[in-house]
Amino acid sequence: MLPILRREIVEKEKWLSEEDVMDFYAIGQSMPGIIAVNVGGFIGYQRKKEAGAVAAALGVVSPCLIIITIIAACLSNFQDNVYVRHALSAVSVCVCALILDSIISMWKKGVKDIFGFVLFAIMLVAMTFTEISPVLLVVLSAVGGIIYKSLQGLFAKNDKEKGGKQK
Amino acid sequence: MIYLKLFYEFFKIGLFAVGGGMATLPFLQRLGESTGWFDQMLITDMVAISESTPGPIGINMATYVGYNVAGFWGGFAATMGEVMPCVVLVILFSKFLNKLSGNKYLDFAFYGMRPAVTGLIAAAAVSVMQVAVFNTELFKQTGVITDLADPKKIIYFVIVFWAIKKFKKHPITYIAASAVIGLIFMF
Repeated sequence: MLPILRREIVEKEKWLSEEDVMDFYAIGQSMPGIIAVNVGGFIGYQRKKEAGAVAAALGVVSPCLIIITIIAACLSNFQDNVYVRHALSAVSVCVCALILDSIISMWKKGVKDIFGFVLFAIMLVAMTFTEISPVLLVVLSAVGGIIYKSLQGLFAKNDKEKGGKQK
Repeated sequence: MIYLKLFYEFFKIGLFAVGGGMATLPFLQRLGESTGWFDQMLITDMVAISESTPGPIGINMATYVGYNVAGFWGGFAATMGEVMPCVVLVILFSKFLNKLSGNKYLDFAFYGMRPAVTGLIAAAAVSVMQVAVFNTELFKQTGVITDLADPKKIIYFVIVFWAIKKFKKHPITYIAASAVIGLIFMF
């Protein structure tokens, strides 16, 4: 997405500097939601406030809506075709490999220490063996991250002070 | 009403899917289980199509699922639902950007969410593999070990994974090649 943003927003339209676009990309990644929509929204907001953000977000999703609808409509007509089934069942094996590949790259970015590993393991087990909503699991892990890091900071700072609020 | 329900479900996904790309996968998988709107096979088709078309994968998946549940307007409702929290958050963040960017509690939250989401996706991957590569349902019924997995699929899985790591091409390359291989070898 970045090369296209640079060409269209920075070079062609001259709406924003390259640094701004990079900043928005960084923030867009480190907040909830779909990254491309977030980045588009930030750029739109810079130009035309709320209306700009909405327009940019709609701009990002419109091609998806059109293309995917056409493909899904075509596919649903051929789904029972035996040749299509053969092709799709090999494709779904391929999809598993692609998902595994993206898990590995997320692992490299996200699981950095024992705390991360424990969270990873808990989520894997909770999602597989319980009916707990992933929404709740994500919220709990965010809270967990805040508590863990805050306590870590607290311990590092207040090494001398004994007692106090620790948990 | 199905459109409102789709909008609401995808609103939640848009709000809590953190980390881009595959992040919506575990939510979609659980959505299929809890509503019965679609089965696991649709999920692999969905990922294949979303990876092979331009546009953000998360949005492609929303449109695809929504379309399969309730036609064009279903896809529309799901997509809009997923986009809505992004737009709201972006506007809020833009208004308070100076206060929020580099906020340490936001960083702390992500410190917890990143590995957690990776774990959730791994769980989703396990259940997708149970359908796509293995046949755990059949195995549970018959108990015959040869029913558990088609060796052809396992070998193919290893080959594709190796190829992805080795050549680092766009996913559409592997997906297109797999379709051809599936036809030739009668998967």
